[in-house]
Amino acid sequence: MKATILIPVVFLFSSHAVMADALNDMFNEYKQNGVTSFNEQAGETLWNKQFNDNKTGEVRSCTTCHGTNLKKVGKHAKTGKPIEPMAPSVNQKSLTEVKKIKKWFKRNCKWTLGRECSTQEQADILTYLKNQ
Amino acid sequence: MKTIITVSSVLGLILVTALVMGDNDSDEKNEHSGSMLNRVFSKQLDVAPVKSTQYQEECGSCHFAYQAGLLPARSWEKMMGNLENHFGENAELDIETQTGLTQYLVRNAADHADYKRSSRIMGSLGKNDSPLRITETPYFLRKHNEIPRKVIENNPKLSSFSQCAACHVNAEKGSYDEDEVRIPGVGKWED
Repeated sequence: MKATILIPVVFLFSSHAVMADALNDMFNEYKQNGVTSFNEQAGETLWNKQFNDNKTGEVRSCTTCHGTNLKKVGKHAKTGKPIEPMAPSVNQKSLTEVKKIKKWFKRNCKWTLGRECSTQEQADILTYLKNQ
Repeated sequence: MKTIITVSSVLGLILVTALVMGDNDSDEKNEHSGSMLNRVFSKQLDVAPVKSTQYQEECGSCHFAYQAGLLPARSWEKMMGNLENHFGENAELDIETQTGLTQYLVRNAADHADYKRSSRIMGSLGKNDSPLRITETPYFLRKHNEIPRKVIENNPKLSSFSQCAACHVNAEKGSYDEDEVRIPGVGKWED
């Protein structure tokens, strides 16, 4: 009985700790690069902002693939492949690996904004996402 | 003695017949006989399933993790050298991951794999052809030519022929048997 209670508690705790570790690493790196503010509101605005793609004329935003509800499954715009929810409150794997966070920021900012995101923009977006 | 000769002759005849039938690509029924034989020699199943978790994760997070044995090594090399423009998408990887995945793909490519569909895809290509799309290989086109494009392209659950696993229910295991095809909203496909 004790074990059955303990296991989920340990699991819950460890996944939160993993997320916190990865995010702490990211936030520390941003600070070292001169970022002083971590603005959730700015992150939300950028997340929903629409950009025109020069090559295709398409209107793109983070929500194009991730959907408007971060707690729900998204859909890759081209392949239709489901994308796990970004909100850590429903997807415990979200934002738990530094390598993945960096990879997807690089790729997806280039696709959506046509350029890489600045460290300030990344800091704001992560601040917004981690509270979902 | 006579019995042994007779039995082995009959077995030999069955084997030869099955091999000949299995080689005939134009007739689906014959191909099934071929795949039955292939199951005996299990190495000859459709394509080798993906064994790299890194490949599954890196490539499979955006699209079906197409088995390496579906394109020749030269195609994979070309594709992996231009990930910044991956069919119009940015699929950049760090150099270490890119190198590792290229090695995996080349090592298991259609020209390095002893599997039925791999051999047939290779057989349908010219010596220097290096297609980037599996759906544009002559073998693929021939195998799907009875399905009108609109069945796929106007299907709300599909967008193109690229989503193997949407219809080939065991595609992830490397099985593309026609009997296992279930087209969303249509069901089994009858010729």
